[in-house]
Amino acid sequence: MSDIVKGFRDPQVAKDLVAEIHKAVEGFDGTMVLMEVCGTHTMSIYSHGIRQLMPKQVKLISGPGCPVCVTSIGYVDRAVALARRDNTIVTTFGDMMRVPGSTTTLNHEKAKGCDIRIVYSPLDAVEIAVKNPDKDVVFLGVGFETTTPTIAGAIVTADKKGLDNFYVLASHKTMPEPMAALTADPELQVDGYLCPAHVSTVIGVEGYEPLATDRNVPCVVTGFEPLDMLQGVLMAAKQVVAGTAKVENQYSRYVKHEGNPKARELMYTVFEPCDARWRGVGDIPHSGLQIKGEYARFDAEKAIDVDVEPPQEPKGCLCGEVLKGKIAPQECPLFRKLCTPENPVGACMVSSEGSCAAAYKYGIEE
Amino acid sequence: MNNEIVLLGHGSGGKLSHQLLDDLIIPNLSGVPTEDQDDAAVLPMTGDRLAFTTDSYVVDPIFFPGGNIGDLAINGTVNDLAMAGAKPYAISVGFILEEGLSLADLEKILQSMKQAAEKAGVRIVTGDTKVVPRGKGDKIFINTSGVGLFEHEVKVGGSKAAVGDKVIINGSIGDHGMAILSSREGLEFEAPIETDSMSVNALVADLLKEFGDAVHVLRDPTRGGVATTLKEISVQSKVDITMKQTDLPVTPAVQAACDILGLDPLFVANEGKLLTIVKADVAEAVVALMRKHPEGEGACIIGEITGESEGKVYVQTAIGGRRSVEMLSGEQLPRIC
Repeated sequence: MSDIVKGFRDPQVAKDLVAEIHKAVEGFDGTMVLMEVCGTHTMSIYSHGIRQLMPKQVKLISGPGCPVCVTSIGYVDRAVALARRDNTIVTTFGDMMRVPGSTTTLNHEKAKGCDIRIVYSPLDAVEIAVKNPDKDVVFLGVGFETTTPTIAGAIVTADKKGLDNFYVLASHKTMPEPMAALTADPELQVDGYLCPAHVSTVIGVEGYEPLATDRNVPCVVTGFEPLDMLQGVLMAAKQVVAGTAKVENQYSRYVKHEGNPKARELMYTVFEPCDARWRGVGDIPHSGLQIKGEYARFDAEKAIDVDVEPPQEPKGCLCGEVLKGKIAPQECPLFRKLCTPENPVGACMVSSEGSCAAAYKYGIEE
Repeated sequence: MNNEIVLLGHGSGGKLSHQLLDDLIIPNLSGVPTEDQDDAAVLPMTGDRLAFTTDSYVVDPIFFPGGNIGDLAINGTVNDLAMAGAKPYAISVGFILEEGLSLADLEKILQSMKQAAEKAGVRIVTGDTKVVPRGKGDKIFINTSGVGLFEHEVKVGGSKAAVGDKVIINGSIGDHGMAILSSREGLEFEAPIETDSMSVNALVADLLKEFGDAVHVLRDPTRGGVATTLKEISVQSKVDITMKQTDLPVTPAVQAACDILGLDPLFVANEGKLLTIVKADVAEAVVALMRKHPEGEGACIIGEITGESEGKVYVQTAIGGRRSVEMLSGEQLPRIC
């Protein structure tokens, strides 16, 4: 193992941190619910077996932290409609391929002959547009603030190159807003947040201040390695026990207080806030990003007219409840029965960072 | 021949086909003289058991760090025979070539196949070549089938793992899958990761000779990686298998690449690895024997059979947690072999 990573997976330090967590909640009456809102956190908790190390007073739940999982079914339907057009190449990150739309998936459409290509960077999609001037190239822009600046960069690049065949179907979401929405949900108990790591490198620590000050929820920006996770839990648990609510930064080796202003500047050159529909959670004001008017010619939704089938939510799928942390994946009646990674019903089973996929792959059913 | 490419006529069965066979394929692979070329190879044999296996290779790219589709196609089939406890005896090779493939590339692939076959001590005795129009294939696809003979009475199998047995591997995991991924466009890493593709039949032969019936299971953890293979064995044998994360041999380069891409080395393919499950009392001696072999220098115990069940695999994580391991779902990396 590389030394840089090894340090953050040290078994002895982990043991000490676990002991400290147990000590911190000693005598705490009841259960504190800590929610992480980041797909990589979800995977880390499962793959390192962190839940089984927690004292009985600490319950870790997963929130809507996977961008693929919170993308609405109508978005997938529109992507499919675009892929079915003549002379169109749809480019996407791999995770979107198997997400079920109302009646089909991009994977299925590709097998039937649509030109759908997986790219590792939105700039690769721009290159495909340069090489195929006689075709429309659409990139599926999905992701939080971590990804959005790179897609803004692709649009700016396409603009500079004078491309008239490059488009982005944008479904970008922003982070602090759904956390506030979940806190306001009377059916849901969230006593503390482990705030997303990569998103925070862009938005910084200050974005979470209103959650702590107005809504009284402790927030800890937390890294991905097991020791990061354990330390994040310890910091949040101490706050809950002490009855304080402030924003702390466990991941200070990467996350600056002010975040990354340059990335934000690029993002807001191309995008502006809008209301957004979160799969399972619903409509949340100002929680999305849309392409600004001056870049509208790159906006696939506005610039390309297609007929999109009316959305149909899959029957019995409880992705929404899972995304809100109301139930664990194993509590969904479809889990492991009708819904598996091979035949996913909901998006949470598709994405490699979805809660249901993580629970399927690594979870120990008690 | 260096500037030439494969043409549709090379698959016609006519003159060009004969030229390709006589000038390039046969001299490189088998060297069978024209007068001995018949429709089927006829081979003498001894014993009353025969191992028979087949595999097709569609890896993309066809050349990757540490190997190419040619040696992969020989090693894969040799290893499948070895995992049955058989001594690889003869191999067939079927090529599907795409029109336009450079003959120089084909020759490189043929030479690698020859070297791999010589190293494994197996003969290539029959073959076939077809050509498909440009765009209807992807450079070259290879099928190899093989037969193997038995020089002992030991019967290994996935259902023979028993409580207390130890799980042993001959070296680091995940190298092949990450070598392929890192050689694809746009994902070059600074430190090149080489495939582990190699034949392990000599190592298996020594193991069986030395430890006989104490060797319960032999498997090569190819697609789906160590995790999927152990899960298959756990279900076949109806046992729990528990691994310790800290015992899993992963090179720093593979671990770093997996971390960057969000992959788990346990699920990444290997092409020169041998997983064996042996009686506990010979485990240390098995590791010692393996380490004396060039194919087993990194051998170590990675887990044990911890109980009877319907088939569960667990990992004791480095930080003291526990997680279950399922089979690989979907495609982790398409077209890796």
